[in-house]
Amino acid sequence: MLINLTLHVWRQKGPKDNGRFVTYPALQINTHMSFLEMLDVVNEQLMEKGEEPIAFEHDCREGICGSCGVMINGLPHGPNPMTATCQLHMRYFKDGDEIWIEPWRAKAFPVLRDLVVDRSAFDRIIQSGGFISANTGNAPEANAMPIPKQIADRSMDAAVCIGCGACVAACPNASAMLFTSAKVTHLGLLPQGQPERYERVQRMIARMDQEGFGNCSNHGSCEAACPVGIKVDFIARLNRDLLKAKLCGAGTPSAV
Amino acid sequence: MELNAKIPGGSIQEKWDRYRFDLKLVNAANKRKYSVIMVGTGLAGASGAASLAELGYQVYCYSYHDSPRRAHSIAAQGGINAAKNYQNDGDSIYRLFYDTVKGGDFRAREANVYRLSQISLNIIDQCVAQGVPFAREYSGYLSNRSFGGAQVSRTFYARGQTGQQLLLGAYQALARQIGLGTVQMFPRTEMLDMILVNGRARGIVTRNLVTGEVRSHLADAVVLATGGYSNVFYLSTNAKACNTTAIWRAYRRGAGFANPCYTQIHPTCIPQSGDYQSKLTLMSESLRNDGRIWVPKQPGDTRTPPQIPESERDYYLERIYPSYGNLSPRDIASRRAKEAVDQGRGVGEMKNGVYLDFAEALKRLGNTVIGERYGNLFEMYERITGENPYEVPMRIYPAPHYTMGGLWVDYNLMSTIPGLYVIGEANFSDHGANRLGASALMQGLADGYFILPYTIGDYLAQGKFERIDSGHAEVRAVEDETRQRYQKLLSINGKRTVDSLHRELGKIVWDYCGMGRNDAGLKKALEQIPKLRDEFWHNVRVPGSGDSLNQALEKAGRVADFFEMAELLCRDALAREESCGGHFREESQTEDGEARRDDARFAHAAVWEFTGVDKAPTRHVEPLNFEYVKPATRSYK
Repeated sequence: MLINLTLHVWRQKGPKDNGRFVTYPALQINTHMSFLEMLDVVNEQLMEKGEEPIAFEHDCREGICGSCGVMINGLPHGPNPMTATCQLHMRYFKDGDEIWIEPWRAKAFPVLRDLVVDRSAFDRIIQSGGFISANTGNAPEANAMPIPKQIADRSMDAAVCIGCGACVAACPNASAMLFTSAKVTHLGLLPQGQPERYERVQRMIARMDQEGFGNCSNHGSCEAACPVGIKVDFIARLNRDLLKAKLCGAGTPSAV
Repeated sequence: MELNAKIPGGSIQEKWDRYRFDLKLVNAANKRKYSVIMVGTGLAGASGAASLAELGYQVYCYSYHDSPRRAHSIAAQGGINAAKNYQNDGDSIYRLFYDTVKGGDFRAREANVYRLSQISLNIIDQCVAQGVPFAREYSGYLSNRSFGGAQVSRTFYARGQTGQQLLLGAYQALARQIGLGTVQMFPRTEMLDMILVNGRARGIVTRNLVTGEVRSHLADAVVLATGGYSNVFYLSTNAKACNTTAIWRAYRRGAGFANPCYTQIHPTCIPQSGDYQSKLTLMSESLRNDGRIWVPKQPGDTRTPPQIPESERDYYLERIYPSYGNLSPRDIASRRAKEAVDQGRGVGEMKNGVYLDFAEALKRLGNTVIGERYGNLFEMYERITGENPYEVPMRIYPAPHYTMGGLWVDYNLMSTIPGLYVIGEANFSDHGANRLGASALMQGLADGYFILPYTIGDYLAQGKFERIDSGHAEVRAVEDETRQRYQKLLSINGKRTVDSLHRELGKIVWDYCGMGRNDAGLKKALEQIPKLRDEFWHNVRVPGSGDSLNQALEKAGRVADFFEMAELLCRDALAREESCGGHFREESQTEDGEARRDDARFAHAAVWEFTGVDKAPTRHVEPLNFEYVKPATRSYK
């Protein structure tokens, strides 16, 4: 089926430009297209006219790399639950729809151009402690330490975060707590992650604050926006670890 | 071009151990005096950069993504092989070695494959130590499954997201080093050319994708971990940005390019739905364990699947290969699907797929069991196609997926350019002419964690590296050349978009150098590609400027290199007058349509040397000797 749409797209030449919405028709859109393929078609038409295409981030187009993500009618990744922008298909839109397309909005994610934002703050949060310090060659035999299946599964539930930033975009405080808690939980649940568990959570939270993300005030919009189903329970878990570290000195020599 | 593979002596079991002992070491205190450039942050690049930094080298690491975590390794679904024999089912290093040499259709180097199998054990240990949450049994021990027709269960996995979890493990190891200041990371920075000084790789020229700045980066050695070139077909399962530029530019500077015609077509992808299609999505091969593949017996049958009675369906894999049936190897399943579609028996609106039907399994096992096994894949399929596989059969069709060819490397993973190392999918690798399922992740991590860190030390320890800076004549020449190339792309201002030209190129390569290749078709492709390349350089339109974020310009640079690469791909396919693995020459088949290898003439790696853009490259060969696994004909009937 073919549908016609009107797009209002955020255009911004660079980080210092003010930016504005520009309206484009998107005509004869096949409903089997993905949202990004629809943008490809609009871009091809723009370029044929000699205009600059709308810049947007994307890569795998399978919902796993975390590159893509735009606000679609005010919702990160659009209206479908558990769906990244690249996996949203045009059959969920109706003929005649108007669609407002914006970049993630957060102080810690400055706009670089059009719909592309700088998410390097996420990398710096991971660099501050989102790892287990196991140098290559350190490892013991993999099956030397059995890990209960429930724990491994739960850890995996948190590890599937794709780092797209939708949680930040959805949050009224532009908090990165869902993202940070997913890594804290993934590593903190595993026995290998115990030695650095309390140090890790403190360093990552300090970095998150330093990057200009807000704190969590339990709205839960992040969970609703997350394309891979990361749960706010992990934020509670992060807070427990943080409290244990800050108030009870967990992880310090005096607590051993 | 001298091709010395430097395969160490001794029995195959001892080669790597003895070799490691013979390698020169760099004194711990001296390591920080040496610098290494790592291009790419997928499994091979991230693991290599992190491991080198842990050893003490200064590492500069580059990615065109906004974050190292976006590399396309992240999209691998199935799993990673290791010869742990945790299932007590008879696996061993030797068996994994044997399966890989055989699976590669006897076109890989035995010594490399054996080393890969040995190292597979360490990879799993390392990943678990980093916190990769592999699937586990209720006992708490690691779970394995059988994958891609292997007769033992040696595949480790993390749901359907093994690549993601392994990459995040390597990414976190890299992030830790970046945080420690031992790796300097350059995200959104694309390598556009190689710098050689006195015949050795000493640096790269990059473009900052945000500011457009073109500049050089210099070091004592350069490592390329830049992945494969499946996007030469335009439509493939690769991520949109995957490209050949880094290895192509190295080839143009003198690195031998080996076996470009070994491309793997994956049988279970979602068929194209229209002209706007931007990429193809792979559905895990595991679906073939319970799904039955069929097409209508009659060409042009437009009935819906339930309207077609059993007697009018052709379960062609089960018919032709009674013992392997729907689990026949990737190349066979792909080719037979193409044959059915070419006969006009394709299904779906565009008649471009075959059915993968779960009706029988659903009846036998019920929706719950099938849901547990394939629930996430069924959801993904429904999200993309709008069809529910519990009710109607899936439609699948083969798509380019992985490239076994790449830059030639010796046992040290060094290319024909001294100081230029190539790891992961970017090298011509240990997979021979065909890669087995769950072996790509293994090879990427083996190269990055456990091979490169030893072998590069040997090179650095022996070399005296003269100081060079960005004012050096060679450096400035390459920088200037790169600027001019990008300026040229912006100035053509023709009528066609980059994508439209890339699509047209992809169609030529797919039609003539895809699943089936023949002399006439390849010659036709070799006529058409240069013409289209010429059109590209005269009629492409790249809007915008070079001094800001310009995605059209990025694409143009990559596609320009694909145009040259496509020609080499077809040339290699034309020269290899035999069928082997992923390379099927229609002239070289048995009476019943199976691939026929020609060991007498082609038991070698073909290595191409660049001689100029419009000149024929020179074909060199590295003979392959099989001392342990004797070449035999594969039979899956």
